[in-house]
Amino acid sequence: MGWVKAFAVAAAIGMSGAVAPLTAQELKIGVMAQPSAMDPHFHNLTPNNSMLSHIFERLVETAADGKLKPGLATSWKTIDDTTWEFKLRPDVKWHNGSAFTADDVVFTFERAPNVPNSPSSFASAIKGKTIKKVDDLTVHISTAAPFPLMPNALSNVLIVSKAVGNGAKTEDYNSGKAAVGTGPYKFASYVPDDRVEVVRNDAYWGGKPQWEKITFRPIKAAPARVAALLSGDVDMIEDVPTTDIERLKKDDKLTIVQTVSRRVIYFHLDQARDVTPFIKGKDGAEIKNPLKDLRVRQALSKAINREAIVSRVMEGAAIPASQFLSEQFFGTSKQLKPVAYDPEGAKKLLEAAGYPNGFKMTMHGPNGRYTNDVKIIEAVAQMFTRIGVETTVETLPPAVFFSRASTGNKGEPEFSFILVGWSADTGETSGSLKPLVGTFDKEKGSGTANRGRYSNPDLDKLVEEALKTNDDAKRGEILAKASETAINDVAIIPVQYPLSTWALKKGLKYPGRADEYTIGSDVTR
Amino acid sequence: MSRLVTEGPAPAEDKADVPPREETPLARFWSEYRESPLAVAALLLVAVLIVLALVAPYIVPQNPYDLAQVDVLDSRLPPGTKSSNGKYTHWLGTDGAGRDLLSAMLYGLRISLAVGVMSGFIAMALGAAVGLLASYAGGRTEAAIMRLVDLQLSFPAILLALMLIAVLGKGVDKIIIALVTVQWAYYARTVRGTALVEQRKDYVEAARGLGLSHSRIVLKHILPNCLPPLIVVGTVQTAHAISLEATLSFLGVGLPQTEPSLGLLISNGFEYMLSGKYWISFFPGIVLLVTIVVINLVGDRLRDVLNPRLKR
Amino acid sequence: MLVTLLRRLMQSAFVVVAMSVIVFFGVHIVGDPVWLLVNPQADQADIEATIRALGLDRPIHEQYFHFVRGALAGDFGKSFTFGESALKVILQRMPATLELAIAAVVMAIIIGIPLGLYAGLKPQSPISKTIMAGSIVGFSLPTFWVGLMLIMVFAVMLGWLPSTGRGPTATYFGITSSAFTLEGLRHLMLPAINLALLKVSLVIRLTRAGTMEAVHQDYIKFARAKGLAPRRIVGVHLLKNILIPVVTVLGLEFGNLVAFSVVTETIFAWPGMGKLLINAIQSLDRPIVVAYLIMIVLLFVFINLVVDLLYSVLDPRVRLSDRAA
Repeated sequence: MGWVKAFAVAAAIGMSGAVAPLTAQELKIGVMAQPSAMDPHFHNLTPNNSMLSHIFERLVETAADGKLKPGLATSWKTIDDTTWEFKLRPDVKWHNGSAFTADDVVFTFERAPNVPNSPSSFASAIKGKTIKKVDDLTVHISTAAPFPLMPNALSNVLIVSKAVGNGAKTEDYNSGKAAVGTGPYKFASYVPDDRVEVVRNDAYWGGKPQWEKITFRPIKAAPARVAALLSGDVDMIEDVPTTDIERLKKDDKLTIVQTVSRRVIYFHLDQARDVTPFIKGKDGAEIKNPLKDLRVRQALSKAINREAIVSRVMEGAAIPASQFLSEQFFGTSKQLKPVAYDPEGAKKLLEAAGYPNGFKMTMHGPNGRYTNDVKIIEAVAQMFTRIGVETTVETLPPAVFFSRASTGNKGEPEFSFILVGWSADTGETSGSLKPLVGTFDKEKGSGTANRGRYSNPDLDKLVEEALKTNDDAKRGEILAKASETAINDVAIIPVQYPLSTWALKKGLKYPGRADEYTIGSDVTR
Repeated sequence: MSRLVTEGPAPAEDKADVPPREETPLARFWSEYRESPLAVAALLLVAVLIVLALVAPYIVPQNPYDLAQVDVLDSRLPPGTKSSNGKYTHWLGTDGAGRDLLSAMLYGLRISLAVGVMSGFIAMALGAAVGLLASYAGGRTEAAIMRLVDLQLSFPAILLALMLIAVLGKGVDKIIIALVTVQWAYYARTVRGTALVEQRKDYVEAARGLGLSHSRIVLKHILPNCLPPLIVVGTVQTAHAISLEATLSFLGVGLPQTEPSLGLLISNGFEYMLSGKYWISFFPGIVLLVTIVVINLVGDRLRDVLNPRLKR
Repeated sequence: MLVTLLRRLMQSAFVVVAMSVIVFFGVHIVGDPVWLLVNPQADQADIEATIRALGLDRPIHEQYFHFVRGALAGDFGKSFTFGESALKVILQRMPATLELAIAAVVMAIIIGIPLGLYAGLKPQSPISKTIMAGSIVGFSLPTFWVGLMLIMVFAVMLGWLPSTGRGPTATYFGITSSAFTLEGLRHLMLPAINLALLKVSLVIRLTRAGTMEAVHQDYIKFARAKGLAPRRIVGVHLLKNILIPVVTVLGLEFGNLVAFSVVTETIFAWPGMGKLLINAIQSLDRPIVVAYLIMIVLLFVFINLVVDLLYSVLDPRVRLSDRAA
């Protein structure tokens, strides 16, 4: 039989070929997604930003816990309301040996927003900022209005060398010719879909890096990624599927690392249209949009058993959510607690709102965009059905879902009730408040991801005020107040903050990162 | 894949070795079919599966498609656990959404069989018609049809399914449309190949000479001779459709999540394969395997019985 | 014959055009790639900038004609995701897929033909019946399922073979392939088996059918009568005659393997074209999808043409030239 033969051949080859000895100096990491280029300014997306952090560095870096820390800039401060001064790190060398200076930073500001064919450029991080070289190790960056988030904005932009990068195209970075950074590792090879290899930069300013070589292999299918770790093909994987965490925790050859991410999984509700297409009366007749009634929104939030979703669906790899960002991050409110599961209270609220028998609703969401997205939708649909809101589930491939959810209804969001996720890349709540619940406004760039078209002028005012407040403590208070305003009005229904999970071979240590990046340089023995 | 098995050499060349007709064709067919005990067992199992699928709603403890009856708190329970409402025992455990696996599998079998058979039949009818037309009309019509077949065969099923979801949404009827669109071309190619050979034979020439109408020649003379390979391709493609539906579900462009077919159960179970919760993926896997294998076994036997060239 | 060929080429051109139209507009219907490409943090101005950068702001028919103009000059546009020429991105991944497809076909032949011969020569033996029943199991389970099972058994439990990925490559005779290194072969093993399973069943069936038919034919009977050794009869006379349909069908299947080993490449993280296609479809990277499918349709048209020509040579009843009249 075919199997037996194949088995025998496999056995023969397997036995004869000695398993490549795992050089203690090499680290192999199985990642979920590959970077789309080695050009640090080509595509502003997590897989790229994470991978390229090994080769290139930023003025301001993000520590594992999400707090900012010095990178290529040693210090920064405001010198007046609209100008920031950054002191650059002395004695930093590019991988080709030349010195890092303010010219490189100025060049990066020119290049980053202007990479041709960029599917998502760094324009927004650079936009509206004027950079001036003061001396070789000092730059001034000014804006028209006060901009307290300057260090946060710059913690996204990788600095490239002017000498190498001048005129370099994305292809030149991919081939390695221009992939010259200041980081702890140097570019070695990039084979798309197959691997990225980086080797130690012995001249690194931060001391000799731990690994001689780090290899990244994109393994998209989650069980295959776990299998690669179990079989010893890789030393570490990111984004461990929640289904396998329990088993891997029991494995004494492995270590599991979990951290709260800056992500929240939540529901967006149509609060703009008077009649919303995916909500009907129990008899199938058209009714006015019940989601505009605060009591209905509160009822739906109460109907969700967040503990059950965390323990049963996420298998413990999450925390019940109360607001836009987990409590330890900047600008969150200490007052807000996850809404308690209360189906009876939910029914009473529905009754008070004039829906004693509930209504019919179709809930939409992507399949395969967020961890366990489909399962969460299914579980919540069960919970809603129990309080009388008869829920149908329609999960769509992300390619279809996000188009329709953003512009499916003549350029406006199409759906009535959707599950989505949001990661606050700035690491504080204004990065969630403005795009998610700010009034949709092209001019101001607010409400970009506001697919429920929630609008509350009081809230907009608070967020605007916060974004002009340079004083950290004060800004934090305003943002906390804004969070409370939005959540108490049920602008969104937060469900859970997923934990990011890594699995490593026993003996390796990794400080789990809030930004979900997988940084090999941080892996220690 | 298996679909090409019947496309090799052309069938029946002469009818000389057809035994004299002392019994009805069906009886003769059956007496030959039952010579293989394995095939008889397979046929029996197919019957059992169909019956199970038909009566599923009356014999299972839970309606797995009714969200009010499914509770996520019951998810991932091992086989033999009592349900949280204490009403029944999950003999095969529950899946990740809290569905009773036994109930979900029988309901899923229903959908899988329906999808496989429906898409098989429609694609067969469509493909046969198109294939016959091509072979009989010849010339430009044939060229156009055959190039359309080329086009279809090089079009990936996932893109087609994705396009249909974008336009029509998800659903059993939509997946059937997708599968028919993917599969008609196989039938068309098979029928056209057989018919090409058939219509050069003397009896067709004779019928033409007699001045019989085109439709009569095609329907009464050519079609019956194309049936045996068509039936074989049909069984194989039905099995293939069930498996393809599973693959499409795996790729995220299959059936709606709350009404899983066997294939969707399997692709959901895929993520539990390494987790130690074997039942979520193992049981649906076995049922799917058995279903497809028995359908194919029946198809295989049909081929042997219906193909005169292999007669001893 | 030449006229037929020319006519076929003309028809093929139409097929290619039809394919490009269907795919171009089809992908457009599915959704707007911008939402999958841009960083979710991007504001409206950024999103609009991306739309303009990718040329998606123009009406779809204008985009299509722009594409056609480029394609006629051999430029299929730049991948939305990678920013590089779509053709280059595809060709870059082709060697990995080719080596996988070839390995699968070779495996199918090596395993399938002997088993098929045996089953055909001794159709009544229990071993033959087991072979036939087993060959059904080979194509009954979805590939993704079998793939992970293989990984679990051979990589995780037994630890014999690497679980995923492509091994190191080496270059001989101007061909760079991972099949030239031992480590590369070990990596190739499991995905090739996964792909070959379906094909093994197919080859077994074809060989068996051919054998059962051939043993009754005169030249075999004649060879037997002449007292030739059975080994020689099977090895030379029989095999020669049954190989033709096997090779023909495998040719068609090879095209399929090259084009659509999507699932296997995804499970095994194999850096080939199939994985590229599925990622491109899922992220609506239209230039890649269109260029890819045009290439594939050309490949299929070519293979079909060769097969038709072969048939007309082998089977005089099916004459191509007067059919196309």
